[in-house]
Amino acid sequence: MLRIDIETCIGCGVCEEVCTFEAIEVVDGVAVVNEKCTLCGSCVDSCEVEALSIEAREKAAQADLAEWSGIMIFAEYRHGKVAPVSFELLGIGRQLADQQKVPLSAVLLGSAMDGAAEDLVSYGADIVYKVDDPALEFFTDEIYGNILEDVIREQKPEVVLAGATAIGRSFIPLVATALATGLTADCTQLAIRPDDGVLLQTRPAFGGNIMATIECPHTRPQMATVRPRVMKTAAPDPDRQGDIIDYQPQAERLQSRVRVLRNVLQEQDQVNITEGDIIVSGGRGLDNEKGFELIRQLADAVGGAVGASRAAVDSAWIPYPHQVGQTGKTVNPKLYIACGISGAIQHVVGMQSSETIVAINKDPHAPIFDVATYGIVGDLFEVVPKLIEKIKEKKG
Amino acid sequence: MDYFLTEEQQMIVDIARQIADDKIIPVRAELDEKEEFATEILNDIAQADLFGLYIPEEYGGFGGSCFEIVLALEQFGRGCVAIATSFAASALGAYPVLLSGSEEMKQKYMPDVASGKKKAAFALTEANAGSDASGIQTTAVLDGDEWVLNGTKQWITNAGKAQIYSVVAITDRSKGARGASMFVVEDTDPGFSCGPKEKKMGIRASATCELIFKNCRIPKDRLIGREGMGFITVMKTLDLSRPGIAILGVGLGQAALDEAVTYAKQRVQFGKPIISFQAIQHMLADMAIEVEAARALVYGAAKHIASHPKDMSKASSMCKVFATDMAMKVTTDAVQVLGGYGYMREYPVEKMMRDAKILQIYEGTNQIQRNVIGQELNKEYTKKI
Amino acid sequence: MNIIVCIKQVPDAKDVRLDPKTNTMAREGVESIMNPFDRHALEEAVRLKEQHGGTVTVVSMGPPQAETVLREAVACGADEAVLVSDRAFAGADTWATTYTLGKAIVKNGPFDLIICGKQAIDGDTAQVGPGLAKRLNIPYVSYVRKITGFDGGALSLQRLMDDGYDEVEIPLPGLLTVVKEINEPRVPSLKGKMKAKSLSLKTLNAEDIGADPDSIGLPGSTTQVVKVFSPEFKGERAMLEGTVDEQVEQLVNKLGTYL
Repeated sequence: MLRIDIETCIGCGVCEEVCTFEAIEVVDGVAVVNEKCTLCGSCVDSCEVEALSIEAREKAAQADLAEWSGIMIFAEYRHGKVAPVSFELLGIGRQLADQQKVPLSAVLLGSAMDGAAEDLVSYGADIVYKVDDPALEFFTDEIYGNILEDVIREQKPEVVLAGATAIGRSFIPLVATALATGLTADCTQLAIRPDDGVLLQTRPAFGGNIMATIECPHTRPQMATVRPRVMKTAAPDPDRQGDIIDYQPQAERLQSRVRVLRNVLQEQDQVNITEGDIIVSGGRGLDNEKGFELIRQLADAVGGAVGASRAAVDSAWIPYPHQVGQTGKTVNPKLYIACGISGAIQHVVGMQSSETIVAINKDPHAPIFDVATYGIVGDLFEVVPKLIEKIKEKKG
Repeated sequence: MDYFLTEEQQMIVDIARQIADDKIIPVRAELDEKEEFATEILNDIAQADLFGLYIPEEYGGFGGSCFEIVLALEQFGRGCVAIATSFAASALGAYPVLLSGSEEMKQKYMPDVASGKKKAAFALTEANAGSDASGIQTTAVLDGDEWVLNGTKQWITNAGKAQIYSVVAITDRSKGARGASMFVVEDTDPGFSCGPKEKKMGIRASATCELIFKNCRIPKDRLIGREGMGFITVMKTLDLSRPGIAILGVGLGQAALDEAVTYAKQRVQFGKPIISFQAIQHMLADMAIEVEAARALVYGAAKHIASHPKDMSKASSMCKVFATDMAMKVTTDAVQVLGGYGYMREYPVEKMMRDAKILQIYEGTNQIQRNVIGQELNKEYTKKI
Repeated sequence: MNIIVCIKQVPDAKDVRLDPKTNTMAREGVESIMNPFDRHALEEAVRLKEQHGGTVTVVSMGPPQAETVLREAVACGADEAVLVSDRAFAGADTWATTYTLGKAIVKNGPFDLIICGKQAIDGDTAQVGPGLAKRLNIPYVSYVRKITGFDGGALSLQRLMDDGYDEVEIPLPGLLTVVKEINEPRVPSLKGKMKAKSLSLKTLNAEDIGADPDSIGLPGSTTQVVKVFSPEFKGERAMLEGTVDEQVEQLVNKLGTYL
């Protein structure tokens, strides 16, 4: 509950101003909270006389936390290979483990996996808990959840990370609920606070318009799903040594009430834009479907994939799998060329981690230039054809 | 402006507005381009219970008046006049049954029209009978227990899409205006068929075809009301339905005004948004005045008609003329405000201008409406003097 | 089939911004709406009811004004509405939320199916559906994009995956979270709106559902938001200058290594 110290409150109204939920009102010179309060804490931070406080949970059983040690990742295995996000998790997991001076382990679940555990070791895992069982051929929340829960209960890692993929986002909440611990979804930054070992989990909220840092202070493990293609994969070392342990789940833990009958792979598109090194994206500035053709030509010239802003997709100039941004894909190619894209925040969150960003837009004040490495202010119908010509010339 | 709608009326507006914004506006350009009938959207309207707005509760409707349907049509007209026309034409086809049909006939047809399960259409116009209805050639002859219809109707809205057709045919040519009668023809009746789709300037997402009757045999009880009452039913029907056409002009004018103001705020010329130029401001101001004046007149006329069933003609014609002439002018001005962009099909105002034209023509041209108003004035002042 | 749909009232996310100076959320003009994914959950529930009979009950945990979205849901076809509201619920994370919703749903009575939207657009966590299923110890399927059959005891579904979809079967009672492609939500009907206006909502508070005070609201939460801030961008502004030809020339030179 929000506590208001009426002795200290000076009725200045700053808290009323900052409250997003219209939950505070100054009445008779004192702040009064109503039932709209969500305990977001904005007012507490804003109060200059420190009259506001949020009554937090009593810290219970602190000693238990120390029993939890080590970083664990869930390694996703689909269609004969380890999902790329798993290597990214090993990249960040290695950093966290080294900082804490604890081992990095991976839980690998699947059926008929060859060499996958060894790959995890070469990418940084010290220990791999592997379950290779026909019951794991298809993904089921219950079986995957049961095994991960059991391994966590036995190994007691302080941090558990999984990819924020369809699979990770589906079954990790089950595991967290079973373990009665906190889970932060879709993180884009992770760091451990050295003084108390608390994992600082940063993630976008409100469709990427706001970033929030979240802690799980009183329970262990600290669990997070991590957005794919945000963390960097470490370079693999084939000579790295690690323990590969065949974990034996109990038979009843391999039962699922949900039955998966089959898996149907679908062609997303010829080019999956999240895989490419170069992406050329177009937006509203292309004016129409015909104008958008210019983007394909530039993409051809540079050997890149075609991306698009939501405006272009909504106008049906290009199908949805090409959409970059909050409601589309997150990409981080080496080179991202944005043509006729104003740079609305929803788009920028999906491409801002690209190594080099080029923006071409006729409006010098377009926000896309704020994230651009190189900006050209001009009519893209003039600039882009010249650029194509020049690139072709250069490539011979 | 606040027109002090009741809570129920506001609900109708809210639902219709949501249908216009969520369902109609996103697809109107495509449907127009492909000249495709909006089957799905009409199903959405049916699911929202709006087909029954004007139909009495005992036949499964909402029991509203001509004013309630006007409120819904305003929003649909703002979205797309073609789709709104398809909706309105079903009411036009149902009114003859509601106004003159027997209890059995109402019980038989109205619940399905109210639920939107079946659509209706109104068939008056022929090649030689437009404003002058006396030129009707289609005939109906009683043969035992059946009427036999022969003839061809032209430019019939919802043709091929409706299941229930209210058809005007001559039953006794010697009686002149008293020789016409109305019948219900069902789409499955033998000898009934539809001609090819007409190619139109605007309202392209509405269905317009010929209806062909070739020894079309229908049961005797399909006669709407009494023999010879056809023209009276037609006139009452049109008096009742015309505010619906008028309000399409208001909705359309509002849509054009919205587009024009939005564009004028964004478009920069000479370093300023063009809305800061007085030349543009005055155009927009005139458009706003005219839309609001038309709305006030149509609302007023619809309420008058709802409570004065014997004195509908003048109010009905006045609002139709004023609001639809306004729509033509305001949509033309919207194209002007958007300039070259306005003339391009990428922007919606071009379609709005094409759609506006039909409003001045169908359900009685605006010239005929002025005749009606003139005659009514003559009658009124004869009484007074 | 008796179906429960969980719905949440959320701020329209596309309008939410942090004021960069005060680091607080700008509330001007931010509308409260029904979480868009929940509309699809509701639509699917109403369609199942229309096909197989039964009832649809919408449940929302939130402040008293969440009543608005519950009534909206009734206008779109739900039969009953339950508002789970108490100041003690404030500040709940997904862990405390699933506890509270689970208690409320059990209190409300038996059900065959629970449908949730994939996620809420304010938090985007996608955790409440699976967590709630665990609380109630029922099976669940996330990211359902199509219901393909019902044999009286189990539903056949398609579950969207990153690389295609899975065909799955779930016995009832169970829980589904749905993605937007599953259906096109309807607009409210006139009869629905009239019903929504007059329907009296069932309201449950912490005591009604027998909640343990340590498991609800902020005290019951395992996670805490410690900081909110605007996303920052690393890009430095390096605007090219000169004629178009000169700018293109410079750019191609600078991009040399990529081409």
